Amino acid sequence: MLDLVHLVLFTFLAVVAVAIIRLKDLFAAVMLMGIFSLLSASLFTVMDAVDVAFTEAAVGAGISTILMLATLALTDSEEHPEHNKFQAMPLIAVVLTGVTLVFATFDMPRYGDPDAPIHQYVAPYYIEHTEEEIGVPNMVTAILASYRGYDTWGETTVIFTACVGVMLLLGGHAIVDRFRRRKPPGREGEP
Amino acid sequence: MISHLIPRVLSKLLIPLIMLFALYVQFHGDYGPGGGFQAGVIFGSGIILYALLFGLDEAKEVFRPRVLEILVALGVVLYGGVGVAAIFAGGNFLAYSALAHEPTHGQHLGILLVELGVGTTVAAVMATIFFQFAGRGRTDD
Repeated sequence: MLDLVHLVLFTFLAVVAVAIIRLKDLFAAVMLMGIFSLLSASLFTVMDAVDVAFTEAAVGAGISTILMLATLALTDSEEHPEHNKFQAMPLIAVVLTGVTLVFATFDMPRYGDPDAPIHQYVAPYYIEHTEEEIGVPNMVTAILASYRGYDTWGETTVIFTACVGVMLLLGGHAIVDRFRRRKPPGREGEP
Repeated sequence: MISHLIPRVLSKLLIPLIMLFALYVQFHGDYGPGGGFQAGVIFGSGIILYALLFGLDEAKEVFRPRVLEILVALGVVLYGGVGVAAIFAGGNFLAYSALAHEPTHGQHLGILLVELGVGTTVAAVMATIFFQFAGRGRTDD
């Protein structure tokens, strides 16, 4: 039964992915990308990774779609391809990469395999000690915020840095002037 | 901005619920799926939805860019502050067990505050980035 659900979701994923590539109407493509994220979120839910599914639904289907729609409002919602010629080189590169990736999956442990290396290292410690050491029912939160607090701290700083970068690049001299505590040039002479 | 009556009316109903849900995700992260990052993104998309439907200037009146800038930094400071507070309480950086007499209580408090810091930063960053992109090329602040 579960295999059937996986199969249906993966098939839908593939169909939606091909549709996104072939669509010329960017508005529909953005909507399909949201659906793609929602399908991925469903897959993660079926695989019992609820927190990942939640993030995928909030980021992929939620804010990415909104940001893409906002971009379309600034630009054009129709794709105008520059060249329609068939090119062999990109196809070869893509096929080679794809074959390599598929080949690499043969070495991966089976999904849910308890003997997989990932379940041998620190995971048993977290599973056994979260209850007494942290006392938080959601183990994912305990690992993210407490055991791996440094990593999350780093992630927060990365988001902060990204915001500062966007502000400096797009905010222009208005922001730079404000932090140098001087009046923007050319404003005094204006009527 | 073109007037879209139905989306506007619907969004007026939905945006408070979106933000309430974000707060639920934020503070229920200890018990169920969710946490600061997801809550911040949901709250941020609520702000962006408002800006999309009511215009950038209106949204900047409600969520002032200067306040958002402060919130961006405040979340990071809150996260780091909890870590430093743990040092002063006699533990290591970000070792929340030192924050209270009972180690698990300290962990609860630390995780709550740290997630709040993440949520604040992420929500403010999402809104700020959108405001910057949408207001590109305008001369006003």
